[in-house]
Amino acid sequence: MKKIFLAAAAALALTTGANAAEEVHIPKETWTFNGVLGHFDKQQIQRGFQVYKDVCANCHSLKYVAFRHLGALGYSEAQIRSLAATYQVDDGPNDEGDMFKRPGRASDHIPKPYANDALARAGNGGALPPDLSLITKAREGGPDYIYHLLIGYEDAPAGVEMSPGLNYNKYFPGHQIAMTKQITDGVVTYADGAPNDAAHVAKDVTAFLHWAAEPNLEARHATGLRVVLYALIFAVLAFFAKRRLWKDIPH
Amino acid sequence: MSTEKSVWRKAYEWHEARLPIVTWLDHSLGTKYPVPRNLNYWWNFGSLAMFMLAVMIFSGIVLAMHYTPHATMAFDSVERIMRDVNNGWMIRYMHMNGASFFFIVVYIHILRGMYYGSYKAPREVLWWIGLLIYLAMMATAFLGYVLPWGQMSFWGATVITNFFSAIPGVGDSIVTLLWGGFGVDNPTLNRFFSLHYLLPFVIIGLVFLHIWALHVPGANNPLGIDAAPSDKIPFFPYYVMKDVFGLAVFVVFYFVVVFWFPNSMGEAVNYVTANPLQTPEHIVPEWYYLPFYAILRSIPNKLLGIILMFGSILILFALPWLDTSRVRSGNFRPVFRVFFAIWIVDVLILGYVGMKPAEGIIPTIGMIGTFWYFLHFAVILPVLGWLETPKPLPASISQAVLKPAE
Amino acid sequence: MANTAHVHAADAVGETRRDFLQYTTIAMAGVGGVMMVWPLINSLNPAADTLALSTTDVNISGIGEGQRITVVWRGKPVFIAHRTAAEIDAANKVNVSELRDPQPDSARVKKGKEAFLIVEGSCTHFGCIPQGMKTTEPRGEFGGWFCPCHGSVYDTSGRIRKGPAPENLHIPPYAFTSDTTVRIG
Repeated sequence: MKKIFLAAAAALALTTGANAAEEVHIPKETWTFNGVLGHFDKQQIQRGFQVYKDVCANCHSLKYVAFRHLGALGYSEAQIRSLAATYQVDDGPNDEGDMFKRPGRASDHIPKPYANDALARAGNGGALPPDLSLITKAREGGPDYIYHLLIGYEDAPAGVEMSPGLNYNKYFPGHQIAMTKQITDGVVTYADGAPNDAAHVAKDVTAFLHWAAEPNLEARHATGLRVVLYALIFAVLAFFAKRRLWKDIPH
Repeated sequence: MSTEKSVWRKAYEWHEARLPIVTWLDHSLGTKYPVPRNLNYWWNFGSLAMFMLAVMIFSGIVLAMHYTPHATMAFDSVERIMRDVNNGWMIRYMHMNGASFFFIVVYIHILRGMYYGSYKAPREVLWWIGLLIYLAMMATAFLGYVLPWGQMSFWGATVITNFFSAIPGVGDSIVTLLWGGFGVDNPTLNRFFSLHYLLPFVIIGLVFLHIWALHVPGANNPLGIDAAPSDKIPFFPYYVMKDVFGLAVFVVFYFVVVFWFPNSMGEAVNYVTANPLQTPEHIVPEWYYLPFYAILRSIPNKLLGIILMFGSILILFALPWLDTSRVRSGNFRPVFRVFFAIWIVDVLILGYVGMKPAEGIIPTIGMIGTFWYFLHFAVILPVLGWLETPKPLPASISQAVLKPAE
Repeated sequence: MANTAHVHAADAVGETRRDFLQYTTIAMAGVGGVMMVWPLINSLNPAADTLALSTTDVNISGIGEGQRITVVWRGKPVFIAHRTAAEIDAANKVNVSELRDPQPDSARVKKGKEAFLIVEGSCTHFGCIPQGMKTTEPRGEFGGWFCPCHGSVYDTSGRIRKGPAPENLHIPPYAFTSDTTVRIG
């Protein structure tokens, strides 16, 4: 029966190989968060947060991230409180029945750039800038795709008819994307003096966005390692216990 | 030796005289349940399926405590589980990937039954109940996949509920009834949540019947011959320990996926909130439905496609009679083995076809695969039973076990 | 058939009892099971977002003397009473040692802001909301609050004086962030 499964698996592998060429190949990048004990580089995701704040946040919301979550980037509680206070957050109604703005608190979520989707479309030529909280999980190719999309702007090849208001991007499905090139050399300046050419900036912001999408990744890897080690030891013990129990039973 | 009974012994006997639950357990899965001694590791997957059912129910009950079944809040509540609820990400990933692992285990369990002829007399009813469990699992998994209210949840629900519109005459009324509106919307989500919570308990009931039906003839074995009493050993401790070992190995695979590749079996687009105004580019069901989805798509007629898709599962109910061979185990059926392997490859190819957009050569492959699927059950198996010459069967399990195979 | 099985079982159980390996395996399975159950139970504890929403800012400038207002903190009522001089006097005149839950009034207010009593609006008996926030509601014979569920009576310092409740009304953590605002939590 084992042989049958192997043969079947091999046959499937043959059929799957044939069709892969149609899609755009997204090169694999090296990320600190990949691997058995993959983790976030706190300096990098702090830089990435800066890029989000200064560039992306003009159009893209990050609605599932609250200021208090940013502690994972290495900020202290006081830093988070003062950062939150620089934002104006909707609240209310007050005793007079009016909605009002107040400085943000650590428990608030990062405010959206547009009050609603219709307003966001109106401000962006009809295209809705997607929320970025889950973007690296919500796109095929994950962080590799997001990174290459950010730096994948090119002149449209000869013969490609571009729709008005769209830009050519090598990695975007269909190659015509409403977002213009945002990540350019020197678009931000980092306090820690890290390189700020487009490739590095795109890498930093993608790492930050992956943190935003999967904030429990480090805990997941650490817990996983403990759990799997436990299960392995248990399996070895159970194997010997089983063999010992069965030693007088021909089977 | 003192004949004085301890107070615990007396209390135990008092209780057993009134509700003999320990005796019952002992006969069900304990020392009084004799099992053939020669079961191989393919027989581990029944207990693994029970383990996965328990994991799904426990994790599911807790998730339901944090989840909000409302069209505008469901997605947010799942994200809250993933971000803010203590260990929420772990419970959610265990549940989400648990569905896939439950299906992996059950598929292997079904294939084992098909290869070793476990569906044949006198185990037909056992086989039927197993198929009912499988159908209930498919329904539960579909309902559960809708709950996070992502794009694939929404459009999967739309497509699957529209299956029923193929029924002539009353189809559209049935679909409206399922939706509770003019499309998949909040009422649909609410009832799906209710049914998703209900069905696992139906599955538990079916599992009881499945085990009951197993105990009447007793377990089949790799040789497919009836086991003499002397060839049986008690389930406890022998098979309990073997199942525990199998479980330990299994959870390693399960946890590696949960903790390192939790999204590998899902669709990225389901991390986008449901949008009734925009269908994702590729609608793909979860992997465990793919072969059936391929059968559906391969037939260019709506009603016929639906009939064949459901028929591909319903035909399994007739398997005990379609397979005309008197030999149970595939080990003694050289030609059957080949066709069984071809059938598995066929199902895998159908799965691949179901995953790909229906363009180019894909629909043709799907049609051939569908044709072969039904040919296997409706023609090959019955004919094979008459034409094939099986290898000689051993007289008993001990004969086969004690003499080393040449 | 049953006999054979039974004999086998008896042998096996006898062996197992002496087998360290089997014991360790069973123990590990048990511990593993508990380790799987703990995250499920722990998930029922307050989530991170729930814990984060634990402060409420209140403007107290509008509360006139003798008025009491209810504000919401952690989804439950907090009573803020701007007490009159007579009420403060009444609270101070009590012989503390005779109280069920002995506490002087000074321990239940902030220094310099003695007029403001801030207590959780939850009876320490079984958690009903005591009456007495409006002048039209019964305040009990000590002029504080009266719990309608089981008849507990609190005084103008929110201390239990009569009825089944075991403790004084609890004081939430709070601080005056300015003369007119108080932050609860």
